[in-house]
Amino acid sequence: MAATLKLEIVTPEAKIFSDDVEMVSLTGIDGDMGIYPQHMPVMTQLVAGEMIARKNGENIFLAVGDGFVQITGQRVAVLTDMAIKADDIDEAAAVEAQKKAEARLAQKLSDEEAATVRASLVHAATQLKVKRLHRK
Amino acid sequence: MPSTRDIRRRIKSVKNTAQITKAMQMVAAAKMRKAQSAALVGRPYAQLLNEIMAEAATRTVGFDHELMQPRPVVKRAVILVSTDRGLCGGLNSNIFREAMKLDKNTTVFVTAGRKAAQFVGRTKRNLAAEFTYKDTPEFAEARAISKFVQQMFLKGEVDAVDILFPRFINTLTQSPTTVPFLPIGKISAATAGVNSPAQELPASSTTDVFDFEPDEETVLGELLPHSLNFQMHQILLETKASEQSARMVAMKNATDNAKEIIKSLTLEYNKLRQANITKELLEITTAQMAVG
Repeated sequence: MAATLKLEIVTPEAKIFSDDVEMVSLTGIDGDMGIYPQHMPVMTQLVAGEMIARKNGENIFLAVGDGFVQITGQRVAVLTDMAIKADDIDEAAAVEAQKKAEARLAQKLSDEEAATVRASLVHAATQLKVKRLHRK
Repeated sequence: MPSTRDIRRRIKSVKNTAQITKAMQMVAAAKMRKAQSAALVGRPYAQLLNEIMAEAATRTVGFDHELMQPRPVVKRAVILVSTDRGLCGGLNSNIFREAMKLDKNTTVFVTAGRKAAQFVGRTKRNLAAEFTYKDTPEFAEARAISKFVQQMFLKGEVDAVDILFPRFINTLTQSPTTVPFLPIGKISAATAGVNSPAQELPASSTTDVFDFEPDEETVLGELLPHSLNFQMHQILLETKASEQSARMVAMKNATDNAKEIIKSLTLEYNKLRQANITKELLEITTAQMAVG
């Protein structure tokens, strides 16, 4: 297939992914979206969940956090606070993080802290979900 | 005339000081590398954020957000970013010198870092809030600050917000810099990548307007505060890089200075010691001649 999309995934810590892919599937605020080349320009919010990038017929699975997506016909730019490939997810660490975050939420927290903890809880849960879906 | 013992004591104390400053220099150097790379890894994100914002701005027509509305400035808030600890050369004093120039009556300060809070207290200026941040600034800490000033701005307590912080230029140079934070001027001017030069964005040839899901207000309503939070975070990271660099240089100077002092004191000590020996020899020979 000739037409490709340039997928870029960037987090504040690093550039996670930058490659030409044939298809991207992600969870937007209005639901799942499948994006092929020549998609109409869209800007939307990204919801934590699974993201699939297809390259050379192979699917690459990623767990992503909340963020923003900008889609043009040739490019998909994803800004998010977390992105990790399914293969790189450390399940034990994620379970640990999830437990810790749940325990922290039970305590009395300021709004700021609560937001941070909730975010890390979402991260952990998403990682687990994606990991368990693709366990080999 | 100091005795040899006095000089010896002074040499010892200067040596101790040199040892301490040397150690601090090493620690600062290690932390500096970390802080600098932390400030750098945010660049791609900042760049992409910039691009998205700029592109969104050019492709949406007549969009306005309350964070973007300029008002006549009566009251101004300044986020004063300093270090927590001293011994970093003129870094903080340079920042505070800039802060002194601001009108006392129309400026409220929001401080980040202990030194800034102390400064505002000492000079009896208006303090709206003081924040702290850790050695490795976290996004949540930046978000707290940024959210606070956004609230102030939206409530109309202040009409503009600036940030005054030590911009990291290189290891030897940090300059106090003021950047406008709110209102967000042109979206395209949002310099989320604090250090990167304003980039000429390739003019998009496509004239098609972006679709927003669910709609413009929601997306930009999320994107704008987020970019502000991110900008704040970058500034904290940069301040840390500045702090560690400044401290390293200051401590290096102190160590070099101490070594210089030790050298001249040792010279003086040896001179004195030799003079004493000569004097004693002289006394012995005179005594011998008197007896003989």
